[in-house]
Order: sequence, then C-alpha cells, then structure tokens
Amino acid sequence: MPVTDAIRHRIEAVWRIEAPRLIGSLARTLRDFGLAEEVAQDALVAALETWPIKGVPERPGAWLLTTARRRAIDILRHATLATRKHELLEHDMSGWTQSDDNATDTEDEFGDDLLRLIFIACHPVLSTDARVALTLRVLGGLTTPEIARAFLVPEATVAQRIVRAKKVLAEKQVSFELPPPAELGSRLASALEVVYLIFNEGYAATSGDDWMRPLLCAQALRLARTILSLAGDEPEVHGLIALMELQASRFAARVDAAGRPILLAAQDRSRWDAASIRRGLAALAHAEALDGADGSYALQAALAACHARAEQHDATDWARIVALYTRLANVAPSPVIQLNRAVALAMRDGPQAGLDALAPLLEEPRMAGYHLLPGVRGDLLERLGRLDEARAAFEQAAALAGNAREREFLLERAASLRPVS
Amino acid sequence: MRFMMLMIPRGYDQAAPGTMPEPEAVRRMMVYNRELQHAGVLLGCDGLHPPSMGARISFAEGKGRVVDGPFAESREVLGGYWMIDVGSLAEAIEWARRCPAGPDEIIEVRQVQELADFPQEIRAVVAGDGISA
Repeated sequence: MPVTDAIRHRIEAVWRIEAPRLIGSLARTLRDFGLAEEVAQDALVAALETWPIKGVPERPGAWLLTTARRRAIDILRHATLATRKHELLEHDMSGWTQSDDNATDTEDEFGDDLLRLIFIACHPVLSTDARVALTLRVLGGLTTPEIARAFLVPEATVAQRIVRAKKVLAEKQVSFELPPPAELGSRLASALEVVYLIFNEGYAATSGDDWMRPLLCAQALRLARTILSLAGDEPEVHGLIALMELQASRFAARVDAAGRPILLAAQDRSRWDAASIRRGLAALAHAEALDGADGSYALQAALAACHARAEQHDATDWARIVALYTRLANVAPSPVIQLNRAVALAMRDGPQAGLDALAPLLEEPRMAGYHLLPGVRGDLLERLGRLDEARAAFEQAAALAGNAREREFLLERAASLRPVS
Repeated sequence: MRFMMLMIPRGYDQAAPGTMPEPEAVRRMMVYNRELQHAGVLLGCDGLHPPSMGARISFAEGKGRVVDGPFAESREVLGGYWMIDVGSLAEAIEWARRCPAGPDEIIEVRQVQELADFPQEIRAVVAGDGISA
C-alpha cells in the first residue's frame, strides 16, 4: 500500500478512537456542542494536511485537542472582538495552549463527557435522521461520506442533517449537561432507540456486496457497549446487546449468493455465528439477572434466543415463543407484535388458530396499509385449503408491498393458486 | 472484526511461580481497559500466570508428552491478552499503541478467524461437527 494510503488509514483509525474524547472535552470547556463539533472537524482536516508530511505526532489525541482549542480561540476572538468578552475567555483558556502534554482529561471526566455526548446526540428535540447522523459522527467517528454511503443518501444530505441538528440544539438551548435524574430513564431509552435504528439500517439491507452495511451493525454494537460501560446496571442495555448479537449471528445466512433474502425457516443454521450467539445469550442472562426479563429489548432477545437455541427449524419451541409474544404485547402493545404472535400460534396450534388470532387485526386502522397482514393471512388460508381467499389475500398484499422483490414474490404465490383451466 | 492483542513481556518465560505485576502497572492497565470499554471495543481480557505454573504438551512422538514449565527453549511467552472488536487492522494497531506497556513488553496484534473467512469446504466440516467456533 502506498505510504499516503497507510497514513490516511492510520489517521482514520486515530480519529475513530479520539473523536468522542475530543468532542466531549471541547464541548465541556467551550460549553457549546456545535462549536466543539466544528473545531474538532477542523482539527481532523489539519491532521489530514499535516501528518502525511510531518508524520503522526507521538500523542495524536493531544495534538488534535490543542489544534482544535486554538481554532476555537480564533473563532471566538473574531466573534467577540466588539466586546471585552474575549479577555475573559482567554483568561478561562489560558491553560489551553501552554503544553501539548497536558492537553488531556482525566478518566472520570471522560466517562461523564461520553455520557453527555450520547445524551446530546440522541436528544429527543432532534429528528430521528439527525440523531442517527450525529451519533455516528461524534460517537462513532464516522465521516460524512461514510455515513452517506451507509445510508445510500447524497453526502450533502448528511451534511445538511448535521448542520440542522446543531442549529436545533442551539435554538432550543440544549446545554451540554447530564439530564436531571427524573429524565435519565427516558433519555437512556432514546439513546438505545438510536442505537437499534442504526443496527436495523445495517441489518435490513440485503445487498450483500456493500461492506458499509455490516459496518453499521458493528458500530451499533460498539455504541451499545459504550453505553453499557457507563450504565452497566440498566437491564435494557444488556437486553439490546443480546438482541443485536443474536440477530447479527444470522447475518451471513440470511441472503443467498445472489443477494436474495432467505427466510428464517430455510436458513442454513450452520452459517449462524456461534461466537455472536454465545455473546448474545450471555448478555440476555445478564439482563434477566438484573430483573429485566420483561424489558422490551430483553423479550425480543429472548425470542431471538428461541431460534438461536433450535438446531433445526422443526425444533423451535413455539409454545415459548407464543408466551414471549404475549408478554411483549403487554409491555409494548402493538398490532405488529399481535401479528407475529398469530404466526407463532399457527406454528404451535395450526393455521386455524393463527387465523382466529388475526381476526381482530383486520379491523385495526394502523394495519390498513401493512402488506404483511394479508401476506400472513394468505399463507394461513392456503394451508387451510381456502385457495380463492388465499389468492385474493396475496394479491392484496402485493398491492401494498413497497419493495419490488417482495411484490414479485407475493404475486408469484397468488399465481400459483390460480385454478388450472 | 475481532483482533487479539497478545501481551509478550520479556523475561516472563523464566518468571517464578506466583509472579505478579507491580500495583502501579496494574493501575495503568485498568485505566487503559476502561478506555477500551468506553470505546465499546473490549470483548474480554485476561492476564496469565507465568509458564512456571503451566505445562507444555508436545506431540512429536505421536502421543502427547508433557513438559512442566518453565520451558528452557522459549523466549517469547504470553503474559495476557485482550480480545477487541474494531473496524480494521489499523484501528487494532492504534489501540495497541495506546497501551501503557513497559519497555520490556511487546504487543502482537492478530486477527481472529471468523466462520465467514473460511472457504465453503471448511465451513461444511465445522457445521457437520455441530460445534462451531
């Protein structure tokens, strides 16, 4: 590999490691998250320009922090030239530019900075897209082009999302502080939601050739472990890690060589990643030991564990799956969970039982446009030999499906039920 | 991808049974381990007792022959390891560089073979066995 490539890879690696520490420290001392993020990016640009020529400094983190601080002072000096505020500011920051060697924070400060960073990047005032982009950028150390590639959107879109997010945080005067204790639970839930969104974005894609997608799943797992290192007694953090590990264990098995999805029942279970399953089951046991067995992520992980433990699809413990869906429906009521429960019921008690469980969902307005409801219904009707109704259900499902490949699949199933004349 | 960072302390090959690291070195390592945890990359780590408390089993004569430690012929022995999950070899190397190791210590960075790295015929053998990695 050419020297410049090697150095660029090294700078990227340094950045992944240093970004959260750098931005967290800057945001705390500047009391301005947006400015902190901006000058941190400036420092990265400076590193990309300088290091390939002068070499990577002995302590790259300290170099980045010093460079970012100098940049912040320049910006603030310009902004406050008209007032005498800048003297105050320089007094505040007099220690900053003295020595590169002292330009790091203690371990305790870093832990708190990280937590504040997580909470600000996942702040509920931000749109979901903004939370995801900001989290990947400040906590994952991903660059704008990397995030754009992972989400299959133009770079300008990601850049826009980040600019807008910082503007919203400034407008709403969101401070770089830990939330009050009463809000901690809901703010943690918001952070976990962002992590799971990132994971699903990576997991849902079936185009097997794009390496950015599995990278998102790995990134989500690392973010969850970061949260775990700061809130290890929260059972839902363990539950989410368990859920993601167990789902990620099927990564290689869920698409065929042509990139077509393979349903769970047909997957080659020997391709499931045993190390990932082991970590997932261990995390689930942690969640349960912390009295968190009825958390929404822990229950979903327990469901995934039922599949992970079954060596063959036939060996799946459907009774346990039905029981887990019943509990999950109590914790997080949703018609989609009811639909899944109906599928599990059909596996346990036969297609008629599944169909009976589906009946109330047909009246549910939130399910009106959801293609999987008629899709499942068609499948159960077909198994009961009610072929005309099954065909109509598959056609209805195809009309609602947003994904061309899925639509094609549903129309094929409908066509296979057409009476031969 | 998973990497192991293998700690190789010079002189550990002949260390007496029960040899323990200095408290100050342990304190520095704890801070480092905490950093790895905060970054979400640490999957596990352990320190190993010296070879004088272990044994080697060699198979040169067809069946296992046991030699108790320490082992006269080996200079580089393991003192401990970290298992980390990072995005690239460059990141693993960067983490190893940050380790507060002493002048007599070496860290070797090695990638863990994942099931997906194996060609189909090896995966089939692993699968047929029922106990994968």
